[in-house]
Amino acid sequence: MTKKQLALVIDLNVCVGCHACVTSCKEWNTSGWAGPLPDVNPYGADPNGVFFNRVQTYECGTFPNTETIHFPKSCLHCEEPPCVPVCPTGASYKRDEDGIVLVDYDKCIGCKYCSWSCPYGAREFDPVQGVMKKCTLCVDRIYDQTIEAERRKPACVLACPAGARIFGDINDPESEAARAIRDNGGFPLMPEWGTRPANHYLPRRKTTTTLHPDQLTRVDNPLKAEGETPRPAFTTPTIDGVSSW
Amino acid sequence: MKPAFSVIFLTTLIGAAQGLLIALTAGQMYAGGQSGGFFALGAALALALLCLGLVASVFHLANPQRGWRAAARWRTSWLSREVILIPALSALAFLYAVIHAFGWAPVLVRLGNGAAIDLPLALGLLTTLASLALFVCTGMIYACVRFIRQWASGWTVVNYLLMGLASGFTLAAAYARLQDSLLSGFMSGAAVWLTLLALAARAFQLWRNTTGAPCSTLKSAIGVHHAQIRQITQGFMGSSFNTVEFTAPGGAETVRGLSAFFLAVGFVAPVALLLAGMPVLAFLCQYVGLLAERWVFFADADHVQNLYYQAKG
Ligand code: SF4
Ligand code: SF4
Ligand code: SF4
Repeated sequence: MTKKQLALVIDLNVCVGCHACVTSCKEWNTSGWAGPLPDVNPYGADPNGVFFNRVQTYECGTFPNTETIHFPKSCLHCEEPPCVPVCPTGASYKRDEDGIVLVDYDKCIGCKYCSWSCPYGAREFDPVQGVMKKCTLCVDRIYDQTIEAERRKPACVLACPAGARIFGDINDPESEAARAIRDNGGFPLMPEWGTRPANHYLPRRKTTTTLHPDQLTRVDNPLKAEGETPRPAFTTPTIDGVSSW
Repeated sequence: MKPAFSVIFLTTLIGAAQGLLIALTAGQMYAGGQSGGFFALGAALALALLCLGLVASVFHLANPQRGWRAAARWRTSWLSREVILIPALSALAFLYAVIHAFGWAPVLVRLGNGAAIDLPLALGLLTTLASLALFVCTGMIYACVRFIRQWASGWTVVNYLLMGLASGFTLAAAYARLQDSLLSGFMSGAAVWLTLLALAARAFQLWRNTTGAPCSTLKSAIGVHHAQIRQITQGFMGSSFNTVEFTAPGGAETVRGLSAFFLAVGFVAPVALLLAGMPVLAFLCQYVGLLAERWVFFADADHVQNLYYQAKG
């Protein structure tokens, strides 16, 4: 049996770049177990803050043939996390039971070495507590028995208005997450480093329809073609009772 | 990467200390098993540098009161190994200084050809071994960061070793001159060769770093297979840990200027000063040069994560 590996699957075809996941992540985590997520100089000219999730925007092609890609990015909870073995204190660790990569804030000495070993720029240092922080996959939400079962999901997943974020065990072939990866060509980021990110992304998909000329002219409308059906009598019963006349 | 002054001082100070310890042992063997105050004071000097380095390293940690925890993961982390080796080497340097100061030289082993290994020599060899191991650890801390192309090669380790040895022997030459020791000539000569060797290796790495190609591109970073991709926004208009820790102030201009500076001041000038018989000045000059070298080492390093942080907005 393969090990359980919780992760997010993010559909780039659906994400509209609204940053709802960013703000909900910040809100949940700054007030929870991983918090606070401090903002230095928040109202000044150059604010600097800790976030576990960022939504970036990219553009492909040359105007006017361009395509915009909104790209949410958080810790990918790699199955071979390069950030873990380099930590000298053991504060950074990957949980056996569900594959979540976490930092033990009571052990971290704030040397920042782990952040050098993450190619995705997913770790953000908390200058106030002096420890390294990162996405926890909302570990303090997803197992919380006081929350109703269907809301035991990461804050960002619940917040996404477009439904672009799927949460689940990617090693369980029956899970929604694993199925989404399998059916929609889900891919990992920068596979060349062998980090085996658990979070996957679903590609942009082109939606097209082919129209043939005959579909543009009305050839078959036996009932409603103008002037062909007699106007029903006012008292004729109709399906909804009002719209016929 | 952002050059951190704590690490710049740590690596240059302990590099010189390790080099000095190796120089002392080499001098001890060169002088035919001498012992005495010269070596004791020299080791004390190395110990002082090691301690200064430790003090500098404390400034690098946000939670230094838990620093002891950093010894926990020596099986997987080069940083952890370094954290263990620095105090171990300090202890060895202390022992080395003590036995030389008191002139204890009991013979430990007598070899087949009649040569004897006494306690000072055995301890010297042990100190040398520990110093070399520490060079490897320090170098590997950077060389094992795969995501920085400029660091991820054996040359990083070679350079830490050679630059540490060069500055250590130059320091030993200066120290021998001040003590009017007979070893002064030997130390100066070795320092010149090591500095030249270090110059060649470091210059090669500089050249190598300007020619290599980046390993990852935006294509694989966001998984979109398009020939033209650009970032419109990194997702925030301010800054974050990722935009500060992984960039150097000053930009490419500063790196180029400081590279020329450290090649001249850290290597060429010290060789000239050593040859001119001014080892004290040579060491001071070289140390300043090596500070600049370390700054460039960080500033020149481009981390893969920077692909994700290109456009404020
Ligand atoms: S995304 Fe970065 S921080 Fe998260 S597990 Fe992978 S390497 Fe570690
Ligand atoms: S910053 Fe903390 S979690 Fe990261 S390597 Fe250092 S001790 Fe480990
Ligand atoms: S899983 Fe939780 S911590 Fe991670 S990005 Fe989503 S809301 Fe933030």
